[in-house]
Amino acid sequence: MPRIPLTWLGEHVELPATASALEVATDLSRLGLEEEALFGAQVTGPLVVGRVLELVKEPQKNGKTINWVRVDVGPEHNEDADDPKDPQPGRERPSRGIVCGAHNFEGGDLVVVSLPGTVLPGDFAIAARKTYGHTSDGMICSGEELGLGPDPAGEDGIIVLGRGHAAGLTGEPGDDAIALLGLADEVVEINVTPDRGYCFSMRGVAREYSHATDAAYTDPATTVETTATPGEDAGVGVRLADDAPLEGADGCTRFVALGVQGVDPSAQTPRWMARRLTLAGMRPISLIVDVTNYVMLDLGQPLHAYDAAKLVGPITVRRARRGEQLTTLDDVTRTLDPEDLLITDAGGDGDRVLGLAGVMGGEDTEVSATTTDIVLEAATFDPVTVARTARRHRLPSEASKRFERGVDPQLPLIAAHRAAQLIVEHGGGTIAAQVTDEGSATAPAPITAGLRDAERIVGIPYTDAQVTGSLEAIGCTLAHGAEGELTVTPPSWRPDLEIREDLVEEIARLVGYAQIPSELPTAPGGRGLTVAQRARRAARRALAEVGLIEVNSAPFVAPAIHDRLRYAEADARREAVRILNPLSEDEPLLRTELLQTLLPVARRNLGRGEEQIAIFQRGSVFRARSGQGSAPVPAAAQRPSEQELEQILAALPAQTSALASVIGGASGPDSWQGEPAPWGWADALDLARRAAAAVGAELEVRQTEHAPFHPGRAAELRVRTDSGDGLAVGAAGELHPAVIKEFGLPARTAAFELDLEAVIAAAPAVVRAEPVPTYPPAKEDFAFVVEQSVPASAVEAAIVVGAGDLAERVHLFDVFTGEQIGEGKKSLAFAIRLRSTEGTLTAEQIGETRQRIIAAVESAVGGELRA
Amino acid sequence: MIDEQSIAAAVDAALAAIAAAPDTASLKQVRIDHVGDASVLTTANRAIKDLPKDQKAAAGKLVGQGKGRVQKELAARQAELAAAEEEAALAAETVDMTLPTDRRPRGAAHPLWTLTERIEDFFVGIGWEIAEGPEAESSWLNFDALNADADHPSRSLQDTLYLAPEDSGMLLRTQTSPVQIRAMLERGAPLYVACPGTVYRADEMDATHSPMFNQVEGLAIDKGLTMANLVGTLDALAAHLFGGAPITRLRPNHFPFTEPSAEMDFRCFACDARHGLEHDADPECRVCGGTGWIEMGGCGMVHPNVLRSAGVDPEEHQGFAFGLGIERILMLRNGVADMRDMVEGDVRFSQHYGTEI
Repeated sequence: MPRIPLTWLGEHVELPATASALEVATDLSRLGLEEEALFGAQVTGPLVVGRVLELVKEPQKNGKTINWVRVDVGPEHNEDADDPKDPQPGRERPSRGIVCGAHNFEGGDLVVVSLPGTVLPGDFAIAARKTYGHTSDGMICSGEELGLGPDPAGEDGIIVLGRGHAAGLTGEPGDDAIALLGLADEVVEINVTPDRGYCFSMRGVAREYSHATDAAYTDPATTVETTATPGEDAGVGVRLADDAPLEGADGCTRFVALGVQGVDPSAQTPRWMARRLTLAGMRPISLIVDVTNYVMLDLGQPLHAYDAAKLVGPITVRRARRGEQLTTLDDVTRTLDPEDLLITDAGGDGDRVLGLAGVMGGEDTEVSATTTDIVLEAATFDPVTVARTARRHRLPSEASKRFERGVDPQLPLIAAHRAAQLIVEHGGGTIAAQVTDEGSATAPAPITAGLRDAERIVGIPYTDAQVTGSLEAIGCTLAHGAEGELTVTPPSWRPDLEIREDLVEEIARLVGYAQIPSELPTAPGGRGLTVAQRARRAARRALAEVGLIEVNSAPFVAPAIHDRLRYAEADARREAVRILNPLSEDEPLLRTELLQTLLPVARRNLGRGEEQIAIFQRGSVFRARSGQGSAPVPAAAQRPSEQELEQILAALPAQTSALASVIGGASGPDSWQGEPAPWGWADALDLARRAAAAVGAELEVRQTEHAPFHPGRAAELRVRTDSGDGLAVGAAGELHPAVIKEFGLPARTAAFELDLEAVIAAAPAVVRAEPVPTYPPAKEDFAFVVEQSVPASAVEAAIVVGAGDLAERVHLFDVFTGEQIGEGKKSLAFAIRLRSTEGTLTAEQIGETRQRIIAAVESAVGGELRA
Repeated sequence: MIDEQSIAAAVDAALAAIAAAPDTASLKQVRIDHVGDASVLTTANRAIKDLPKDQKAAAGKLVGQGKGRVQKELAARQAELAAAEEEAALAAETVDMTLPTDRRPRGAAHPLWTLTERIEDFFVGIGWEIAEGPEAESSWLNFDALNADADHPSRSLQDTLYLAPEDSGMLLRTQTSPVQIRAMLERGAPLYVACPGTVYRADEMDATHSPMFNQVEGLAIDKGLTMANLVGTLDALAAHLFGGAPITRLRPNHFPFTEPSAEMDFRCFACDARHGLEHDADPECRVCGGTGWIEMGGCGMVHPNVLRSAGVDPEEHQGFAFGLGIERILMLRNGVADMRDMVEGDVRFSQHYGTEI
């Protein structure tokens, strides 16, 4: 993201001399340019100019020779007298003694001294220190130590004023060298949203700063003189030949090629320019390349310089052919895609690829240390084409970042001239009198808006002057129509302004989002939580209240989970939804039941020191639709047809929210009240029933065999639907010993899982009242002997049938097996409370009811009343 | 025999025995000895019937009064002794009330859902409804209907988890915004809904990122809704979540689905900045990082293209939308330091909160 050195910004907009990076960042952020980072001054403390008064060369045992130097660092910093134990060389006078290992200076030179207290880049704090037998009272600095990079003239050693980094600079001992070398520059790095491509330039950011502060702004694009005129003698011809535009947009709409001849190949990049490039985050390379980068950072137009001697015209801009290859400047040979837009020329075998348009050049026509004649390319490329190519080849370049967001199509001619002028200024040569300017700048489409639109959308009664003033400030031209209608033509650098709402944002932004008042809207009144929303809360709360802890788990699972949970080959729970690009190749599937991710959570908790487990979760489970269709993607910005909507919804995986729990080990801590009972299968059923009861539904239980449960200790959980049919909604029981072992769980760990949405749906909408008779009850106990295989629920159901309306409560209170009962049989003891709504039950009525119950049990399950 | 002296002596003896009885069992014997069948008073009473007629009344009065006094004293002493004995019995039953009672500890809710419920309750309280939708969602509802163009970076495989096979047109939703579209398609305008839910991104798990997290988005569509209504709603929500008189701030931003768009910041609720704009933030504040502001999420006026996709006429209705991260609110509000704690399912994390946050 762009880095804005404040001194550079200040060239285009009036910036108070005292403005700090933080203040500028705060101003810009009000307008939507978020602060990414602030870079303070690179050097702080007493960095001063010093004059070398005396120096002696002192050879060392390690073979090195050091200089013991007496430096005048100005009256404010000089020591009046030498340290008698460590006198400085030469005549004693106010100065400081410094040890220096460099040799590119002599007595009388002006140098840059960091005195104790200076902090250099990299948080390098300077202090007086003992070295080579002296106390060095500071340091004489090189360009690299100050963060200025290697000496531009290639000189090895420290900075001497008048040469290299300090070419053209002079001063007096004691002068502040931070200001002299421009090391105080603060930099703001901003985040530019995709709609504001123009802010990828000093030009654009300065404009925004002027909006934020009303500071005077000069558009640098308006100050460039364009001397070359379009013509045949421009040297290189250009053909725009995109025969496969992407979504109707030509890959290149404008291409300017401007020649510069006779540049001195040894010319250096001026110090200030190299410095600005460094501050903006780019590495200085050579004059020509640096100028193209500098103009790009300044105006926002990416430029490319070709060595004219290597270029064989004409330049053709076209799409790549399948299989075509290019070696880019980063030395990577890339196979091109037919969507890639290319810059080509007639070199090589007559059709040579020079570069990926708007992304990166190739090496064939690169400027080199011997280049004297160049051709500058400044073009307008289609944002989508550039974005796709940059992403496809993983080549996010400074150029592509700008083209992706849109570059002002009016810039190419201006930017090419600006670059040519800077090259000539610092490297000599002449700018061609004629320029190739192929294609044209696309004109922005006017937008019809109303003077009151902003007020209607934002809620501030903007004045007409605020509306028109804001739009004009951002560069729009306005035409007034009847009844407050405006025809607004956006400036060339704002391709993001397309509809009136875009203009409203600009008005709101410039007047200030802070001006927007706070008004809580009055909704017409909702219906509260839905039945299902309330029910989900109730189910979860019920489990928490009886001692379970709610946990979370992500839905991603490995295919092996199906085997680990012992699903049969044909089990529908193997029909999992697959992720195309999973985060972990090991876990490409979505869970089809919640226990698949809840059991690993149980294991993790035990691994972290828990000794028992009592957890639950509500979470989504996903089941693939058979046939793995795909969801259509209709056009945007219009309501899809009912048929399209149906297809979309029908393609989605079957999804529901499940409620599951794993319980194992002791149900509480050891207690003075007695040993806690271990969690077991009966608890799992009870918890499932409680959860169902909390949502107003009742579960029926059927013996079953069902993975991952113990084959003899698994129950199918069912609800009765509106139509009176039973519907399986889950399972509960003790986990299979192999599963318990697989997940390292306590012995006899139990679990349940419910399709919570189905349970909620089965709850009656209205709970009907039942009469509460006050006639006395009759309490009758029965013990029935039945075969072991007869489920208790069947006996209970038979009792209820036999007792009819009189059965108020039927409760099994004992199960007994033993010799007295007989092999393969069990005795089930029930306490039954009978009560009539019509009167006190007589002995005869009670007796008849007993007989009916006994008969019903006998005929239903073959049970005999135990004598 | 029934003379005043002997009766008085019997009464005195009885009263002395009553006073001397140490417990209710002794008192029972006293009762037998002094007013029982063989006692002086009872014997005297029986003898009255054999006295001459003219002496009966006086003797009856004498014996009756004497026996009455004894009975009264007996009752009083009985009550006194019984109370003392009950007190002693209860004292003997004293237990250590500080013993632990955690035989079956109470469980806990996950704080993310508790917080989600609080947020839902806020919106229900201002008359909105809670809308829901599936986590495996169609690309059209997650992206296209929300005005994200075909090349929008958020669609890339680096950002979004897609369902197989390639070009299935389905994904794990990256935001709860598709619920907004579903709500508009189903119910039309006016519409005031909040959409909490789990969303997914192709982010590796670390202290501040999770591939799975939760959002709550709000959507209000009506005639004449403005950005001022958006600010009002956010102010009320901030007050509900963080208390006090919160200050919210909007900064311009860009999202495909809103225009104008904004980033919403809440004034830091933890350091001095909470007292108002004129108060500086604590430079060391861990909640706001010394800036005085907390970034809460994106918001704006719903883009006309989004309304059109959902079958709402932008010439008739307009509205606003916003989205916040629930994990982020929990981290800020309750000081949760590590995102992983909220996802991994460690019972100790939930247990700490019980069913409140």
